[in-house]
Amino acid sequence: MKWEVVIGLEVHVQLNTVSKIFSGASTAFGAEPNTQASLVELALPGVLPVLNKAVVEKAIRLGLALDATINQKNVFARKNYFYPDLPKGYQISQMELPIVEHGKLNILVGDEEKSIRVTRAHMEEDAGKSLHEDFHGMTGIDLNRAGTPLLEVVSEPDMRSAEEAVAYAKALHTLVTWLGICDGNMQEGSFRVDANVSVRPFGQAEFGTRREVKNLNSFRFLEQAIKYETQWQIETIEDGGKVQQATVLFDPDSGETRMMRSKEDAHDYRYFPDPDLLPVRISDEQIARVRSEMPELPAQMKARFVDAFGVTPYDAAVLTGSRALATYFEAVATASGQGKLAANWLGGDVAARLNREGKDIAELPIDAERLSGLLVRIADGTLSNKLAKQVFDAMWDSGLSADVIIERDGLKQVSDVGAIEKMVEEVLAANPKAVEEFRAGKEKALNALAGQVMKASKGKANPAQVQEILKQKLA
Amino acid sequence: MSLSHQDVARIARLSRIAVTDAEIDAVNRQLNSILGLIEQMQAVNTDGIEPMAHPQDVSLRLREDVVTEPNRREACQAVAPQVEKGLFLVPKVIE
Repeated sequence: MKWEVVIGLEVHVQLNTVSKIFSGASTAFGAEPNTQASLVELALPGVLPVLNKAVVEKAIRLGLALDATINQKNVFARKNYFYPDLPKGYQISQMELPIVEHGKLNILVGDEEKSIRVTRAHMEEDAGKSLHEDFHGMTGIDLNRAGTPLLEVVSEPDMRSAEEAVAYAKALHTLVTWLGICDGNMQEGSFRVDANVSVRPFGQAEFGTRREVKNLNSFRFLEQAIKYETQWQIETIEDGGKVQQATVLFDPDSGETRMMRSKEDAHDYRYFPDPDLLPVRISDEQIARVRSEMPELPAQMKARFVDAFGVTPYDAAVLTGSRALATYFEAVATASGQGKLAANWLGGDVAARLNREGKDIAELPIDAERLSGLLVRIADGTLSNKLAKQVFDAMWDSGLSADVIIERDGLKQVSDVGAIEKMVEEVLAANPKAVEEFRAGKEKALNALAGQVMKASKGKANPAQVQEILKQKLA
Repeated sequence: MSLSHQDVARIARLSRIAVTDAEIDAVNRQLNSILGLIEQMQAVNTDGIEPMAHPQDVSLRLREDVVTEPNRREACQAVAPQVEKGLFLVPKVIE
């Protein structure tokens, strides 16, 4: 039987505020345990939560970017459960009236664009951390993370493969970092993904029973976990079993998922509106102001890159993978007037060197002005591709411009017909055997001769001209 | 709607309230009488009335995003039953 997987994602996006969602305690990562746990996070009697304005405005930002409805009245609720990293006995979250609803996010899988519906995004507080190392058989509690603001972004079950789920998670990751509302650091838990996975016979309208894979903190784990879970569910059904609703954990070491709790043990959170917090009201003016402060969005920028610089939609999607890369590309393409060449270099040599050195585009040692200086020299024929790579490496290791390096190292491409003709004639005279072979119909001999000419010119001859002149002389 | 013994035991467990078998009957009667009152209220026609999340019709005030709380770990942990390496220690929990 042919099976179809159905996936919906819940993503916890940690907002990059300096203080907590309901108190003035710091949110800085990596502090000594419990040094950033105020009386509010400790839930001492008599304390009251006071909402951080930046949390509301960052949520509005995301809502606008997802083309969603901003609920101008939204309500905090208590989600009740008992765990020692949550001293209040409830998490302050949103249930019936979240701040953001009915959005959408477009993803690109292969060449196909698909729109994924975003059901909702709501504000809530993070819990603390439980450390289960051995403290004389006890558990250690660090409440520094408690009260860190989160946006939980919930998608509709619109994805049909692990690849689509990863594309959606990546697009959302790009968007929240682009908007400047989240630092995107997955290792530190700033972007955590839960995947709801079910399978059904291909063509069936009803969904199968889903299992939720919790807390995936890398795109690779997300993909592995969904693939494993899909296979497990299909095998379970084909072996005559039934999938039971459950929450499971992914083990990166074994690559498998394992049961955390079944439906029978599912929490009953007994949500109700939090009487400590009044409804949040958002004015038209506040939305207009947040909108006016937003950067151009990746989707808009992508369309503009295709129109203005003539790059392919695929290249435009890659270039808008991060705001830093997009900004850099635009500066280079504008200054050099070479959009396609800029896209090729950023996707090719620049990306390769960054990769090799384990660096990010923000750490690129060549600024946009210098790179565009190099591209101008490629476009005007001063540099062949090969020479350009040489100049590029020299630029990387120095603060010098392309022109200075070309001058210093004498790397100018030779396009002077007379000079090339002279070198060609010398090479032909010195390689009678190759000439004979070519005349006898062996096309490959031409490349060998061209190679000799390039070598004689120390790589500086214009390769297209060399080919052309060789063919003329041999004709 | 009325609750069964099982419902009461489950609610008590979720709320971490110790209710002994001997008390369940009495608690059940009390809860059911509260539910009875709610049922009576639910008979009122509320068509077109927006549900209120709070008894007062005012909006939440927001604070600016600034750090105002100093580190008070020492004072806070002075009253904790057990502390080690800056952590609060609690009976072992593994989910």
